[in-house]
Amino acid sequence: MADVILRLHIAGKAFGTRKVLGAIDLALGAREIVAIVGPSGCGKTTLLRIAGGLERDFNGSLEWPHGRTPRIGTVFQEPRLLPWRTVRENLRLAQETPDDALADNLLDTLGLLQFADAYPGTLSLGMARRAAIARAFAVSPELVLLDEPFVSLDADMAAHSRDLVLTAWRARPTAMLLVTHDRAEAESMADRILELGDEPARIVAEIRVQAPRG
Amino acid sequence: MTNSLPTRIASTLGFLAFWQIGAMFSDNRLLPSFSAVAFEMWRLSADGTLPLHLGITLARVAAAFTLTLLLGGALGIAMGRWRQLDAALDSAVTLLLNMPALVLIVLIYVWFGLTEAAAIGAVALNKLPNTAVTLREGARALDPALMEMARSFRMSRLRVLRHVILPQLAPYIVAAARSGLALIWKIVLVVELLGRSNGVGFQIQIHFQLFDVTAILAYALAFVMVVQLIEWAAFQPLERRVAKWRM
Ligand SMILES: Nc1ncnc2c1ncn2[C@@H]1O[C@H](COP(=O)(O)OP(=O)(O)OP(=O)(O)O)[C@@H](O)[C@H]1O
Ligand SMILES: [Mg+2]
Repeated sequence: MADVILRLHIAGKAFGTRKVLGAIDLALGAREIVAIVGPSGCGKTTLLRIAGGLERDFNGSLEWPHGRTPRIGTVFQEPRLLPWRTVRENLRLAQETPDDALADNLLDTLGLLQFADAYPGTLSLGMARRAAIARAFAVSPELVLLDEPFVSLDADMAAHSRDLVLTAWRARPTAMLLVTHDRAEAESMADRILELGDEPARIVAEIRVQAPRG
Repeated sequence: MTNSLPTRIASTLGFLAFWQIGAMFSDNRLLPSFSAVAFEMWRLSADGTLPLHLGITLARVAAAFTLTLLLGGALGIAMGRWRQLDAALDSAVTLLLNMPALVLIVLIYVWFGLTEAAAIGAVALNKLPNTAVTLREGARALDPALMEMARSFRMSRLRVLRHVILPQLAPYIVAAARSGLALIWKIVLVVELLGRSNGVGFQIQIHFQLFDVTAILAYALAFVMVVQLIEWAAFQPLERRVAKWRM
């Protein structure tokens, strides 16, 4: 892999006495989409938090070969919008340098422009999830972390949202780590699929996806 | 907020009528009628005494209120965030919380003298533990998921404080401010009565020595009206603003 943006080596990660992650090595290309699949509770979110630098308490190392921490856009498992700020303000507050044009463009793409001035509490869960996706891309990220971003959306909406994420990616290709429990979703979006399993979790299978993204 | 305005006005008028008629029937110097109190209020206002002392007392209320909200709030937030600090100060706060107001006031006057600073400090100290406990509650309830979100987007400290932390603390701050005002404006009078030579508390002491109930009620009524005005003009709009996003 020519241009690696993230190099992660985990020797182990435990919460108290409970070992959650075993040895895991991961190198992520600057324009690569890697999906992480695995059973519920196996440690996918924990792995994502370590990769994003949010969890520093683990055995191993996290390196950014580009020399500095990249800009990261995270979509958490729950939308995690600020309920007391409007949708548009939520996007703006995530941006280090303001870029209203980009924010509005993303809201438009994700079908949220007419809700830009609404408070998140008035949105449906599906809309809140899309707003969280818009926020992650609003920071012009070099690395996007998505933690099951399409669960609890109905099939049509999930497919639509997947398309939108890929559209955003095509417009500005970035490195992307996508946690999902849906094998078909992983295959339709990723270049590479890492399957977590065992306890403590390790990579039990690595699948390179040949078919073009669709 | 449950009563509508017309009901409120009607009940206030009813109370005043009851007072007026009752006082007229009893015809006792120690139970002046509403009109007598209102006239006294007007008389004391016309020569400037009532506004002067009311102003002095309100300035003390404002000073003690600001002091207790800033110090008690900061202390409470710190205790809510750092467990060691909480453990170290918890018993002191509990002791202060259960200390009778009068004891605190007397001790501070004895230790620091009958000064303005001691007076305001004594009032603030009476309310401080209460504010600290309320804000500690708020700080403990801060949502770690939102803090992590803020960290993931590398929001600046100022941005986190303004857009993530303060909105979560706002209901606790409003609650502390409200109950703070309610307590402070009562304690201020005691502090003035014991160790100041001006203010509403001092005036009430003077008129108490003369058994001048009319003047006492005139001061009390003026004070109650001002406090109610603050509630209407400041707290209720503030509360609505803080809760705007909930609709
Ligand atoms: N902060 C924490 N403290 C203690 N245990 C934790 C913590 N976070 C996660 N765990 C435990 O670590 C294990 C892995 O959690 P994690 O959230 O990473 O799993 P997951 O694969 O994302 O699960 P899901 O598919 O349900 O989202 C779980 O058993 C969880 O209970
Ligand atoms: Mg998870």
